Amino acid sequence: MTTQLPPGMHIETVDEKIMTLNVGPQHPGSGHMRLIIKVDGDYIVSCDPDPGYVHRGEEKMAEYRNYIQNIPHLERPVIHDSSNILYPYCLGVEELLGIEVPERAKYIRVIAAELNRCIYILYWLAIYGIFLGHSTMFMWPAGDRELFIDLLEAMSGARVTHAYLVPGGVRNDLPSNFEERCLRQVEYFEKRLREYEAIFYQNPLLKARTEGSGILSRTDAIRLGTTGSVLRASGVDFDVRKKEPYDVYENLDFQTIVMKEGDSYARSRIPYLEMFESCRIIKDALKKMPKSGSVRTKLKPNPKGGNDEVYRRVESGRGAIGYYIVSNNRPEPYRVKISVGSFRNLICMPYLLKGEKLGNMPAVYWGLNYWPVEADR
Amino acid sequence: MSSGTDKDVEVKDTAEEHSTNSENTKPDSMSKDEAKKFYEEKGLDLSPDVPVKPKPIPAFEKSLADKVSSKFGDKISVDYVRADRIRVTAKRENIVDVAKFIRDELKYDHAESVSGVDYPDSSEIEVIYHLGSYTDEKLGRQIFALATRVPREDVPNPGSDSTRTPSLRDVFYSVEFHERECFEMFGVYFEGHPDMRRLLLPEDWADIPPFRKDFKIKGR
Repeated sequence: MTTQLPPGMHIETVDEKIMTLNVGPQHPGSGHMRLIIKVDGDYIVSCDPDPGYVHRGEEKMAEYRNYIQNIPHLERPVIHDSSNILYPYCLGVEELLGIEVPERAKYIRVIAAELNRCIYILYWLAIYGIFLGHSTMFMWPAGDRELFIDLLEAMSGARVTHAYLVPGGVRNDLPSNFEERCLRQVEYFEKRLREYEAIFYQNPLLKARTEGSGILSRTDAIRLGTTGSVLRASGVDFDVRKKEPYDVYENLDFQTIVMKEGDSYARSRIPYLEMFESCRIIKDALKKMPKSGSVRTKLKPNPKGGNDEVYRRVESGRGAIGYYIVSNNRPEPYRVKISVGSFRNLICMPYLLKGEKLGNMPAVYWGLNYWPVEADR
Repeated sequence: MSSGTDKDVEVKDTAEEHSTNSENTKPDSMSKDEAKKFYEEKGLDLSPDVPVKPKPIPAFEKSLADKVSSKFGDKISVDYVRADRIRVTAKRENIVDVAKFIRDELKYDHAESVSGVDYPDSSEIEVIYHLGSYTDEKLGRQIFALATRVPREDVPNPGSDSTRTPSLRDVFYSVEFHERECFEMFGVYFEGHPDMRRLLLPEDWADIPPFRKDFKIKGR
């Protein structure tokens, strides 16, 4: 007799040779998500990601608040990269409401976004280092991160959740002597970054664990729709900042980092090299920024969007973030869909982990630049 | 939704904070009631309209949309063609054919997002695929929105009711997890998807799909 099971449910047959392991959701090596891993001896035969432990319904919450009230809670998915996750929301709302952004505000937004990108990458690099057993690489980035946190604190008043970008510009102007301070800290940071190379990226132990593990081919990277450093590590030259420049990125001097190897080492090296580009962008933006002027176009009170929809995207520390906003003549959006890099890269986890040794799981997992809180939204 | 009185307070608060810089700006010394009166006298009902600026239809995007509409004729409707953005609505019977055409002829190669939008008034749920391209240089800026509408039932029974549409997973592999999310959040069953399980919601979730409009957040 067969029982009718609801769609998507199945009865699992047990193989005596295969053991099922739950990695997470409490395990520090997986973040707030669970990987159901089946192992044959030391080797992973299948992996089924089970996210959702930090799903808070950001998209649903956005339907109950007006366009300004939505700002603080929409940055919660990635508090370490809060400017970048708010960026496409601001761009989208500006397009919906027909708001022009002052030139100076565009530069300040780019600076805030790049500072935030460095904060995120350093945080991620610290975790990546400690999970590969390299505790110096945990302490250095975690300490150097303070440089940028201080700068953003001076800009916005908050250390982590800035809510600095708003539709129409930025919340407030830069403090006095910000330019010299920012330049000094960025130049110091570039010197520090070069030291990372010797202690971490040329470390033979790191190379032995990550080189050649979890290889994602170029075809697969495109077919699976990956984004960000995962995509660029597989040899696809795609960066939203270059391909669809928003605000003033087209005026600024930087390049996209692409590597061909597609392994965990390349995936971990690309964000590191991108921090150099971020520093270049910040220095260039400080030079080209108008020295005075308005930084915020004030919105009309309680603005309503028309019967319209927009899809805007930016490049964050973890890949493209796209906001799909539908409005229907109300002060609240009708629907907000956030498509984030972590969620899009989740799909390649089963592919990359298959055939790997279980002990190498953290190298592949963290190399994906995956942030569970962002993926769940 | 909040009650009427709550909303009035909200409106006034935002009015004070985000006043415009034009001649319609109220003096700062005004109280809330005076400010409301001030806006009413000016003919501003605190609900400014979006300025409607007719924009020229870009040629490249138009040519892409024309290719789709010349192939499928009245089976699809082109909703808009804007700079870098095209949106096409297809019936669910044709959506796989349209998606294959977009992939093979227009060279879009991956899905960026799959969104559901609930329209309880017309008893429909819209599923929108935002497609992009990594391989074609010219399409780097472009997003192709392919939409379809599926019937919506007032008492949903996800997986077993008429809210279903063919899956695009065989055409665009990258929609796999996005469609799973759409299934659990809106109750849209994607036929032909190999692994139509819940993704984010807990296994014992026993309420209606939470992103439908009739699922209310408590206290709101």
